[in-house]
Amino acid sequence: MDAIILQILNGLDKGSAYALIALGLTLIFGTLGVVNFAHGALFMIGAFCAVTLSRILNLSYETIDPNKTDFLGNPAKVKTTYVEDWLGPEMGGAIIDWAVPLAILFSIPVMIAIGFIMERGLIKHFYKRPHADQILVTFGLAIVLQEIIKYFYGANPIPTGAPEVFRGSFDFGVMLGFDPNAIIYPYWRLVYFAFAAVIIGGVFAFLQFTTFGMVVRAGMADRETVQLLGINIDKRFTIMFGIAAAVAGLAGVMYAPINSPNYHMGMDFLVLSFVVVVVGGMGSLPGAVLAGFLLGVLESFASMNEIKSILPGIDQIIIYLVAIIILLTRPRGLMGRKGVMEE
Amino acid sequence: MLGLNKRDFSLLLIVAVLALCAPFILNPFPADSAMAQFNAGYPDLMQRFAIYGIFAIGFNILFGLTGYLSFGHAAFLGVGSYSAVWMFKLLSMNVIPAILLSVVVAGLFSLLIGFISLRRSGIYFSILTLAFAQMSFNLAYSVLTPITNGETGLQLTLDDPRILGVSRTEDGSIPVTNLFGIEMREFTTLNFGNWSFDISAGYYLCAVLMLLSFYIAIRIFRSPFGMMLRAIKSNNTRMTYTGLNARPYALAAFVISGMYAGLAGGLLASMDPLAGAERMQWTASGEVVLMTILGGAGTLIGPVLGAGFIKYFENIFSKINDGVLHSWFSFMPDGIENLMVTLVHPFVGKGWHLTLGLLFMLVVIFLPGGLVEGGQRIARLFRRKKPDDAKKSTQSTPAE
Amino acid sequence: MGILEVKNVNKRFGGLQALGDVNLSVAENSVHAIIGPNGAGKSTLLNCLIGKLIPDTGSVMFQGQSVLGRKPYEINQMGISRVFQTPEIFGDLTVQENMMIPIFAKRDGVFRMHALESSLNEKEIIDQAEAMLEDLNLQDQRHMQSASMSRGNKRRLEIGMCLAQTPKLLLLDEPTAGMARADTNNTIDLLKQIKDERDITIAIIEHDMHVVFSLAERITVLAQGSPLVEDTPENIKGHPKVREAYLGETAA
Repeated sequence: MDAIILQILNGLDKGSAYALIALGLTLIFGTLGVVNFAHGALFMIGAFCAVTLSRILNLSYETIDPNKTDFLGNPAKVKTTYVEDWLGPEMGGAIIDWAVPLAILFSIPVMIAIGFIMERGLIKHFYKRPHADQILVTFGLAIVLQEIIKYFYGANPIPTGAPEVFRGSFDFGVMLGFDPNAIIYPYWRLVYFAFAAVIIGGVFAFLQFTTFGMVVRAGMADRETVQLLGINIDKRFTIMFGIAAAVAGLAGVMYAPINSPNYHMGMDFLVLSFVVVVVGGMGSLPGAVLAGFLLGVLESFASMNEIKSILPGIDQIIIYLVAIIILLTRPRGLMGRKGVMEE
Repeated sequence: MLGLNKRDFSLLLIVAVLALCAPFILNPFPADSAMAQFNAGYPDLMQRFAIYGIFAIGFNILFGLTGYLSFGHAAFLGVGSYSAVWMFKLLSMNVIPAILLSVVVAGLFSLLIGFISLRRSGIYFSILTLAFAQMSFNLAYSVLTPITNGETGLQLTLDDPRILGVSRTEDGSIPVTNLFGIEMREFTTLNFGNWSFDISAGYYLCAVLMLLSFYIAIRIFRSPFGMMLRAIKSNNTRMTYTGLNARPYALAAFVISGMYAGLAGGLLASMDPLAGAERMQWTASGEVVLMTILGGAGTLIGPVLGAGFIKYFENIFSKINDGVLHSWFSFMPDGIENLMVTLVHPFVGKGWHLTLGLLFMLVVIFLPGGLVEGGQRIARLFRRKKPDDAKKSTQSTPAE
Repeated sequence: MGILEVKNVNKRFGGLQALGDVNLSVAENSVHAIIGPNGAGKSTLLNCLIGKLIPDTGSVMFQGQSVLGRKPYEINQMGISRVFQTPEIFGDLTVQENMMIPIFAKRDGVFRMHALESSLNEKEIIDQAEAMLEDLNLQDQRHMQSASMSRGNKRRLEIGMCLAQTPKLLLLDEPTAGMARADTNNTIDLLKQIKDERDITIAIIEHDMHVVFSLAERITVLAQGSPLVEDTPENIKGHPKVREAYLGETAA
C-alpha cells in the first residue's frame, strides 16, 4: 500500500508538468485550431526564465577583504551580490534564495509577450493552412527557440535550486499513518503539484466564470457560430495564446529545481505532452489534465523494480504504448469530443 | 526509354551524369586554395548526399504523394543500420547481404507500424508514428541493449563470429566492409595540376543505388499506383466512393518508403559499420521531413536536392569558425569586422541548427513547394518576358 | 421488386429522430426523386444507402443483397455511385487522370499493386477516359488541373466519373445546388441523355422542382424523417398533402 502511494506521489510532479503543457496545447488547438509543436519550447523558455532571474540576482562585484586570506595567504577576494548590497545580507540573501518562485512574476509578462508575438507574427498566418504546414512551421520554430537558448546558455544543464526551506525531503508516510521512512517525499515536488493544481484550477475557473472564458469556450465548441455572433473572437484567441504560453512557461519555471534546465527539455516534454493530449482527447481540457496525471503516475508505476523485472523496459515505453492502444480503440481519446480532428 | 517518357528519362539521365561526375563537379576549387573549404567532393560527404538522397526519395513517396506526414521514419533507418551491422558481425563483410537484410527488416518493421498507424489519418497519424519511433528509440537504449549495444552503439569487434570470413585480419584488425573484394573505404586520388579528386568505391555504390532508387521512384510516380496515391492526398472521400480502399494503397506507400529508409540505413552502416540509437531519434525523423519539404514535396527531384542542400550546408556551416569569419570580413575596418563576426557567429559552426530551423520556417512560410517551386517561379519570370506562350500554362482559365 | 429496397429504416441522433420507418422501393431503370423540406432526412437517408451511416434498425437491399455493414468502397463496388452536393473530384489531378481513376477502379477492384506499370502505357484506359471526356464535352480541358474548372464542369466531370464505373444505381445529392441557370439546364440535359442512353437507375435528391419535374418518373416526398407520399410527378403536383407540407412552403 505504501509503495503504491509512493509511486502515485512520484508520478504527480511529472504528471503535473504533462498536464500543464497539455492544457496549453489543448487551449491553442481548441481555440485556434493550430497544432503547436513549439509549445515544449515555451516550457523550456519558462525554465530558463528561472535560470535568468537567478543569474541576475546573483550578479556580484568583488572586493578584497583584508580580514580573510585564501589558502596561499593572500588577501581573499569576496564576492558580494548587488542585491545583498542594496537590501542588506538578510533580505538580499532571502531574495536570491527565492529566485525560482520569484521568477514566476518575472516570467508571466515575458511568456505572454512571447505568446503574443508568436501568434501575431507567425501562427496567425497558418490558420487556413493544412495541419501538416502548421506542424512543420512550429517544428521549425521549436528548433530555432531551442538553438537560441543553447547559444546563450550553453548545452549543459544548469542546476537551479529551490529555496532553502523546500530543499530536502520529509516523511510523508508518517503523516498518513505508515511506518517511518516508508514514504519519503521531497518538499519541492509537493510544492510543484500544489502549484500545478492552482494554475489548472485558475484556468478552469477563468474559462468557467468570466465572460471572456465563456466566449472562448463557445469558440472552442463552434468557431464559425461565434464568428456569426459578431464577437471579435480572433483578438480573444490571441489572448488565449498568450495565456497558454504563460501556463507552459510557469510549468517550466517551477520545474527548474526538479530537473536542471537544458535546451532540449522542451522537445523531450513536447513529444510526451502531445501523446498526453491525444490520450486525453484532442480539444478536451479536462481530458488533457486527466491524461497528464494518469500518464505521469503510470510512468512512475512502470519504473518500479517489481514491474521492470517482469516487463523489462516497460518504463521507457509505457506512455507510448498506452497512447497507441487508446488511439486505436478510442480514437477520440478518453474525453474527446465528437467532430474534433476527424476526417 | 526504360519505361519512362522523354522528360523523365532526361531527368534521370541528368541526375545520373551529375551523380557519376560528382567527385569532379563537387571539387571545383584547387585543393590548396582558400576556397577549398567549399569543396564537397570528398567520399564521406558525397556518400551522405547519396544516402540521405535515398532516404528523402523514399519519404517523398509517402509524404509527397499521399500527404501522410510521418514523424517516425528515422526508426526504419535505424533498424536498417542495426540489421546491416549484425549481418557484418555474423555473416560476412560483403555489403550485399547486409543491405538486403536491412531493406527486408525495415520493410517488415514498417509493415507492422504502418498497419497500426494508418488506421488513423492527419495529425493522429503523425503522432502515432512519432510515438512508435520514440518507443523504438527508448527500447534501443534500454532493454534491447543486447541487440543494439545501448548508448555505445553497435560496433564490430575483433571476435565477431563471422561465418563467411574471418573474425580478424592477419594483422589483427577488424576487416572492412567490401563489395566482392572491393573495399568500401578504398579510394584513388587523381591529381590534375592543383586539383585533386577522390574516386571512392563506397561513393559509387551509394550513387548507383541512389540512381536505382530514383528510377524506381519515377516509375512509381508515373504508375497508376502513384496516381492512386496522389488521389488519396487530393480527395479521400471521392477515392472511397470510387470503390477504392485507400488504406492498402497508403500502407504500400508506407512500406516502400520504409524500405527506402532501411536501404539508407544499411548503406550508412556499410560505409561505416556502426549503428547507434540516435539515428532513430525524432529529430532525425524531422530532418528527413525537412529535406523533402525544402527540396519540394511531391516533386521527383526535390528530395534529392533537399538532401544534398542540407547535407552540404551542414558540412560547410559546421566548419566555419570565428577564425574563418575574421578572414572573410578582414577587408572591413576592425570595428565592423568584429561586429559582423559577432552577428554571423550564432548561425555557423555549432549554430548550424539555428540556421536550419530558420531556413525551414522560411521555406514553409514563403515557399511551400520548396526549391523546385522556387526554381519554377524564377523560370516563369524569365519566360513571361517572351510574349507568346503566356496562355498555354497550367493555369488556364475555366472554359465557361 | 425494385433494384433498391429500403425497409423500415430508423435512425436517431441523440434525441432527434432523423429517419422514422422509411420504406422506399426504387424500380430498375427508373428515375426516382426524393424531395422534402430541409431537415426532412434526405441526406441522412442517402448516407445510409452508401455506408456512411448505419441505420439503427431496418434493412437496405441492393439487387437482393444487403448493403448494411459494408464499407463504402464495397458498396460502391456493388454498383452504387454517388454524386455529392459539392462536387467531390480529385482537385490536384488533371481532368484526364480524374477520369482514369474510376476506370482503373472498375478494372482492378478495391486495391491492386501496380507500382511499376506505367500509366502512360495503359492505352485502353486512356482511350476509355478520352471517350468519356468527349461524351461530356470536356475533352478540351483534359490536361487542366480539375480544381481550376468551373463548377458546372466539375459537376459534369463528377457525374462522368461515376458513370465510368458503369454503376447500376446513380445517387445524386442536390446536383444543381448553387448552380447558375445555364449550368442547371446543362446538368439536366446531361442526366436526360444518361437516362436515355444507359442501362441505369437514378435516384436523385433535389430541392429545385424544375429539375425534379424535368427528370423524375417517381417521386417520394419525405417530411420529418418519414415518407409522406410516393407517386408520379403529375400526381405529386396536385397532391394536397404535398402542397401543404412542401410545395406550399416554397410557393409562399
